Amino acid sequence: MRSEAKSRRAPCRHAAVGKGLLLLIAALTVAAPVCAADATRVPKPVIEAAKGEKCVESTDFMRRNHMELLKHQRDATMHQGIRTKNHSLNGCIECHASRRDNSVVGSDRNFCQSCHSYAAVNIDCFECHASKPKAPAERAAFKQAGVATIGTGQAVK
Amino acid sequence: MNEPEHVPDPPEAMSRRQFIGWGAAAVAGLAIAPGVTLFDLAHGRPAAQAASNKVRWGMLIDTNQCSAGCNDCVTACSRENHLSGGLAPTDSQWVRKMELKDLRSGKTHSLPMLCQHCEHPPCVDVCPTGASFKRADGIVLVDRHICIGCRYCMMACPYKARSFVHADVTGQNPDVPRGKGCVESCTLCVHRIDRDQKPACVEACAAAGHNAMIFGDLNDPHSEISKHIAAYAMTQVRADLALNTAVRYQGL
Repeated sequence: MRSEAKSRRAPCRHAAVGKGLLLLIAALTVAAPVCAADATRVPKPVIEAAKGEKCVESTDFMRRNHMELLKHQRDATMHQGIRTKNHSLNGCIECHASRRDNSVVGSDRNFCQSCHSYAAVNIDCFECHASKPKAPAERAAFKQAGVATIGTGQAVK
Repeated sequence: MNEPEHVPDPPEAMSRRQFIGWGAAAVAGLAIAPGVTLFDLAHGRPAAQAASNKVRWGMLIDTNQCSAGCNDCVTACSRENHLSGGLAPTDSQWVRKMELKDLRSGKTHSLPMLCQHCEHPPCVDVCPTGASFKRADGIVLVDRHICIGCRYCMMACPYKARSFVHADVTGQNPDVPRGKGCVESCTLCVHRIDRDQKPACVEACAAAGHNAMIFGDLNDPHSEISKHIAAYAMTQVRADLALNTAVRYQGL
């Protein structure tokens, strides 16, 4: 009797497990895209539209190489006094400072910080560099002083 | 054999040499782009062009013109470079106003003391990382990207011209980045020089009507500073060290 009962119960249990698995898979397939859209683990960067018409290089190029451009320009400016606008940090900030607080860092919605916190890469630039562009009055005076801004327009490849 | 004899030009006629000189001047004055002429380029360096060693920037300070109560150069420096303006040992001071007194005669001198932008800077000699360097046009600077804040240069400087940034800095001038952990000193307002302006202190001194500071190119014999140096007795502070400073004092 006992063994019979056992044998009768066994297929029943298998069926239940099978059904449960099916349900789980079905639930997962339905829920997966919803989870991805929510992105509950790490919020995707919020990239605010810049003030300028067009970036100095293509978006793809800038995403991968902006740090190289900045580093190259940094050494040229520091050691040789080359102050072209195209790849200068100040140039970036002028376009990309948020319309809300006029800065590129400060919260995860600001241009530099949004991507950098998503990628978990520290930015040390703003421990020394200003994160806000020059005040408009200063910029006007700067332009009046007859500043030559000769951009190379060449991507460093 | 039939050649006519050479007749000298009458004195009022344009000589060949004069004509060539005028031609060259006309060519140099030609506009190469709207608003940009070759003549202008000789003065203001274009943004894409590196600083040249044909120029050596210098400053001349006339202690007879410098007024004892006036602090305008210091405040202008603080405003331009976003310094606190405080006098605590931990506050950065790029320019100090000093009052000197000759004990025998009682004659007093007032003068601003700043980085002397030496031709042979001791701070550059001792820097272990290469952060202290002299630019081609003679300006001595600190590359903060390389500076590790060891402060050897501060000890090496005979003019006590360098400061260490002890605290976090916010709200910098976008043209003058500065922050905690680095050594810094007068940059001769390199960001202004690069756009053909004078240092902030020189401008402030002129605005106050003292005109005690003259800024210019020591290598150009026609610059105001060179003419002054050629005409009057000048002192280099600690000339015995033979550093050939770019900042010279008159009347000391």
